[in-house]
Amino acid sequence: MSEHGPGIGQNLPGAGRRGGPVNRRKIMKPFNWIAGSVMVLMVICLPLSGQGDTLKLPETVTLDNLAHLYGGAEFDHDMHLDIAADCTECHHHAAGVPTTNEKCARCHGPEDTLEAQTCQTCHAVDPFSAEAVTAKETDPSVYHIDKPGLKAAYHLNCLNCHNEMGGPVGCEDCHERTEAGDAFYHSGKYAPSGEGTSSAH
Amino acid sequence: MSKMTRRKFLSVSLAGAAAGTFTLSGKAIGAAGFTGYPDGMGVLVDLTRCIGCRTCEAACNEEQKLPAPAVPFDDHSVFDELHHGGTQKRRTDENAFTVVNRYEAGKEGQPAYRKIQCNHCNEPACLTSCFVNAYTKTKEGAVIYNSKVCVGCRNCMVACPFRIPAYSYSSAFNPVIRKCIFCYDTRLKFGRPPACVEACPQEVLTFGHRKNLIKVAYERIRVNPGRYVGHLYGENEVGGTSWMYLSGVPFEEVGFDTTLQKEPILANAQAFLSNVPMVLSIWPALFLGFHRLATRGGEGAEEKPATEKREDI
Repeated sequence: MSEHGPGIGQNLPGAGRRGGPVNRRKIMKPFNWIAGSVMVLMVICLPLSGQGDTLKLPETVTLDNLAHLYGGAEFDHDMHLDIAADCTECHHHAAGVPTTNEKCARCHGPEDTLEAQTCQTCHAVDPFSAEAVTAKETDPSVYHIDKPGLKAAYHLNCLNCHNEMGGPVGCEDCHERTEAGDAFYHSGKYAPSGEGTSSAH
Repeated sequence: MSKMTRRKFLSVSLAGAAAGTFTLSGKAIGAAGFTGYPDGMGVLVDLTRCIGCRTCEAACNEEQKLPAPAVPFDDHSVFDELHHGGTQKRRTDENAFTVVNRYEAGKEGQPAYRKIQCNHCNEPACLTSCFVNAYTKTKEGAVIYNSKVCVGCRNCMVACPFRIPAYSYSSAFNPVIRKCIFCYDTRLKFGRPPACVEACPQEVLTFGHRKNLIKVAYERIRVNPGRYVGHLYGENEVGGTSWMYLSGVPFEEVGFDTTLQKEPILANAQAFLSNVPMVLSIWPALFLGFHRLATRGGEGAEEKPATEKREDI
């Protein structure tokens, strides 16, 4: 997963707030210097508070490490920030936020947050390799025996929500088909010409 | 004619019955208790996740090197196809070992989809119906077949409760049976999942040891009872299948046969077939005995009064 964002945080709530007090300080010039100092302190402290953490969030994320039949998907992280109630909607109890899902919360308390933020930290690219299957079924410490692989984690998470919220659900609404994909699906310039074999009786 | 007493007749009959029972029942009992290979693999198909993208069909086509389809695999108009006078949705055939069908049974007006392919039974009816022994149930769970010995009798097509094996009617000189083999040759025997499983974007298909998949399936039902009907199709149907299904709508509404027996199809014939050799060994003795008794009775009827007379004297 590659993360883009030379202008990271420009449109984030934290960035707006940082701009706000600075302007106000100029306006407040006639007031006494103590008030001004408090404002300056607030500005300095802001990046250390919870609000400041959001400055690190990417604007867009390119999900392309599985790209083959389809190209990478440009994920507008910024836009989804505005829609999602909180980070745990997608990140479970990762990204430094405790889970809000009652089923997860039975085991993962408020203190139990993961530093991991990317999906593939937990969701395997190859969930059904012999090693992965054996590990999942024989390791007694693995509770999540039914954890989807990376491809399914993306699709199940995105599509379930898009279906509920009326978001786009077509394959090419999120990622464009590649030429390898066209060949695979016998589509586009690889489409069968005339009489092919019937697909059923 | 030698004398056949009633005692002799009974002892011969009993010996024959015992011999017949012993030679056969040992094998019959052994097969009845077989519940599949302990380390057999399987696939859990969660129909609530299927979006009908047909990627599994394309993956199967590529992996099994099947001929190009009539329409592209991203063409969803195939879901409207009906065959046999509008009574039947698409089925597997010689060039498509798996197909996805759409049903108007989904929740809240949403369509429901169902993927079909060989279910790889624990005790396959195709295998037991094959008199040239073309079929094999491998320890990995796949039901494979040797098309070189197939004579084209199509018994397996009749025997299969899921109507999966297809016949290559298009081949004039060497028609054989064709069906899904769990990607045995290219993947399963190397510990890899079948091509359709790997290609599915939604992980509708979960690959693992069959006994573990049963746990996963019941866990899904337990955690999300509203999402599923509380049944794991294939856990017990026809003695259990390697491929099993979870559904959000009643199984019969998405094309499943819910009237199938829990016992393997083999069990239907087993009770009858195990009696055949016993009948062959006992009946000759039984009827010979009847014949002798009847014949003796006829001779005796003439002789008896004479003897009685003698005794009277």
